[in-house]
Amino acid sequence: MSNYSRERFDVLVVGGGPAGIAAAVRSAESGARVGVADENVAPGGQIWRGGPSEGPHSFEASSWLVRLKKAGVIELWGKRVFHHPEAGILLAEGLDDVWELSYRNLVLATGARERFLPFPGWTLPNLMGAGGLQALVKSGLPIQGKRIVVAGTGPLLLAVASYLHKQGAEILLICEQASVSKLARFAVMLIRHPEKIFQGLQLSKDIAGIPLATSSWPVAAHGKRTLEAVTISRAGKSETVQCDYLACGFHLVPNTELPVLLGCRTRCGYVQVDELQQTSVPGIFCAGEPTGIGGMDLAIIEGQIAGLAATGKASEARMLFPKRERFRRFARLLDETFCLRSELRSLPSADTLICRCEDVSYSRLREHTSWRAAKLHTRCGMGPCQGRICGPATQFIFKWNPDSVRPPVFPARVEHLAAQPQSISEVTGEVQ
Amino acid sequence: MSSEFTVRVNGATVSVPAGATVAVAMVIAGQPCRSSVIGEPRGPLCGMGICFECRAVVNGIPHSRTCQLLCEPDMEVQTDE
Amino acid sequence: MNKETYDVVIVGAGIVGAACADAFAGRGLRVAVVDRDVVGGGATAAGMGHIVVMDDSDAQFALTNYSQRLWQQLRPELPDDVEYEQAGTIWVAADEEEMTEVLRKREYYQKRAVAVEVMDAHQLMKAEPNLREGLAGGLLVSGDAVLYPPCAARFLIGRAQQRGAQLRLGASVVQISESSVRLNDGQEVAAGIIVNAAGANAAELTADIDVKKRKGHLVITDRYPGFLRHQLVELGYLKSAHSVSRDSVAFNVQPRRTGQILIGSSRQYGAEHKEVDQVMLARMVRRAQEYMPALGSMSAVRVWTGFRAATPDKLPLIGPCPGYKSVFLATGHEGLGITTSLGTARILVDQVTGSKPEIAVEPYLPSRTAKEYAHV
Repeated sequence: MSNYSRERFDVLVVGGGPAGIAAAVRSAESGARVGVADENVAPGGQIWRGGPSEGPHSFEASSWLVRLKKAGVIELWGKRVFHHPEAGILLAEGLDDVWELSYRNLVLATGARERFLPFPGWTLPNLMGAGGLQALVKSGLPIQGKRIVVAGTGPLLLAVASYLHKQGAEILLICEQASVSKLARFAVMLIRHPEKIFQGLQLSKDIAGIPLATSSWPVAAHGKRTLEAVTISRAGKSETVQCDYLACGFHLVPNTELPVLLGCRTRCGYVQVDELQQTSVPGIFCAGEPTGIGGMDLAIIEGQIAGLAATGKASEARMLFPKRERFRRFARLLDETFCLRSELRSLPSADTLICRCEDVSYSRLREHTSWRAAKLHTRCGMGPCQGRICGPATQFIFKWNPDSVRPPVFPARVEHLAAQPQSISEVTGEVQ
Repeated sequence: MSSEFTVRVNGATVSVPAGATVAVAMVIAGQPCRSSVIGEPRGPLCGMGICFECRAVVNGIPHSRTCQLLCEPDMEVQTDE
Repeated sequence: MNKETYDVVIVGAGIVGAACADAFAGRGLRVAVVDRDVVGGGATAAGMGHIVVMDDSDAQFALTNYSQRLWQQLRPELPDDVEYEQAGTIWVAADEEEMTEVLRKREYYQKRAVAVEVMDAHQLMKAEPNLREGLAGGLLVSGDAVLYPPCAARFLIGRAQQRGAQLRLGASVVQISESSVRLNDGQEVAAGIIVNAAGANAAELTADIDVKKRKGHLVITDRYPGFLRHQLVELGYLKSAHSVSRDSVAFNVQPRRTGQILIGSSRQYGAEHKEVDQVMLARMVRRAQEYMPALGSMSAVRVWTGFRAATPDKLPLIGPCPGYKSVFLATGHEGLGITTSLGTARILVDQVTGSKPEIAVEPYLPSRTAKEYAHV
């Protein structure tokens, strides 16, 4: 039987990456009782994974984490929010416990995940997301001397290639599907973002010597039981590269499931917020990638605005608006540079699996005209990932719109579904 | 500096650095985490606990998300068939 | 959709509408099916897919038994994705009082040639080791089965289409008249006969029929092959399905071919919104854990709700719609829509074409008078 705990907060922050930590810090420094919950066992989300000891962000990350501790934020690591049983309450589960978290105001900083596009052989072991392989290496996977191809799209590819290279891997090739002209324009526009230039220069120093192919993408992965080689398309021709790992991701998609469950309106797939980062639901704020993919700097500013706004400090929040506007321009630049080309829609062959949880192939999905029909009749999206992997792929390939969101927003233990907040128990007279 | 210990993956002993996740242990061992519905071998994909491809049987418990589970000395890990 | 007149237009492409389309097309009639969503998208998608012979009343027995035999005959033609499994049902008795109910059921079924077997406590534990200790026993009905309803509906519609039936999805019917239905895009579909198979929404189409929504919840787990072998239903389920005023839950679990466990069931009155109701969900899960404690630590992947179409006397409406000359009803199946879909279609087609139905149809006629409803 799981342990059942309760906590009440003035401000609850869901997500312990840069946006969430910034929000929690500013709320707590304003005097509120603040909690931050994240499913990872350590703070930092994805981008500060591995702690502040590593990477170009180490100073920024450390200072925010120090402030987090100093501000007295209540930290709930390893707790994953899965349900919203009634207004003002979220349920989160850990390995052996379930938490009933009550809040007056809520900041959703649920971040983003990688977008995966299917192609023949993409289900082979040792083919991972770009962030995915990086996460595993940060979790202890040795890659010294291993041959790695990095492919897909987005600034994450260069950051990952740089990191893996520093860890001793042999990066054979980076395949970026964006065109060289788009990337050149991106590099030029970075001038408008001085802090990015430093990061950009750092990166180009780190990855000097690694071939970068533009207008290039993976066409097939090969191997018997694990990955052995990758065929890529480059300058209209196919090349096969022997490798140990393929780090492949096509930029990021926002984690909007919890905001949508809570009733927050979205537009074009992102959570709609006003200038104070408040969603369409009063008292619920959203910051960082779910409002638009914009990277760490934008996330930190939005988190601060949300944290201040959630504690009534609107005028202090407004002081951060100019900085936010600058970082939002970078976000728009990201969108334009790394948009997906249409050739990527034709990567899967008839028997390429699109839904990995339920093993549903492209040919079976093609028969249907909507996500809902496909889901009902093939089970695509009914597996434990709840459509997080296959959803963005089918949205891109078939232009299907996603379904409504129901609890649990992550698989949770059956017995935790029976968790009943005190107020409900009082109404039914049942003993907890 | 980082200490190592061992876990068992599909019966074979594997050395892992301290702080490693079970998913890492399985990749080091060259063993798939699970077998898919049609029987394909699968390993970790997203590295952040949302793809569920890294599920394995850990100390007898099926469907354990290994990319978010830290190794402990003498853990028994098996491919989820 | 063609401009020609059809012999039959069926409103609703759920399991009942699909079965009707298949049956009418099988008799050579020109059929059109209209649905505002996808095939099998309503209660068909939300329900448990349990094919079960019920002894609640002679009329309910007759229809479920007849229908179950039709499913068994259809089985060899069902494609793999329908996942038909003859898992059987075990009605679980928690105590001696419920065991007397088990014996009564056995007598009832045996008199009517339904294969049943009484299990004592020991035999029950052997058949289903994950049930808790201390239960009294149960009744195994081995002819009962489980399947995946949306694909069954799709198969039946597909067969009808092979015989020329036309399917129009994403179009809702705004008006039914004697000779046509009008769709929300303005199109009129003309037909000799109109069948209202719109399930929980049937009363929106033909007013004054007493079909109300009865909400249910279900939970599905990740894969745990071998955990459960039969559909297990507590005998208290009958009390739950009987009640016409109290929200209730009952232990009702099903093994899917995938190894996933489907956990139910719940019934609510007057609930019109489809959001998950935490009070009901919690009660339902707790009830399930009382019978099978090991369910508690399983991973629950999805939770959803659905609306059954309920009538006051717990029997469906199959036959001419009162107040109309050429409109028929095939609705009000509550929790037995999957089971009785095939039988419903047969006796409806028999009524329309003037053939002799294989079972008496009087108990299901919509014209059964108001005074028959009054006893509840």
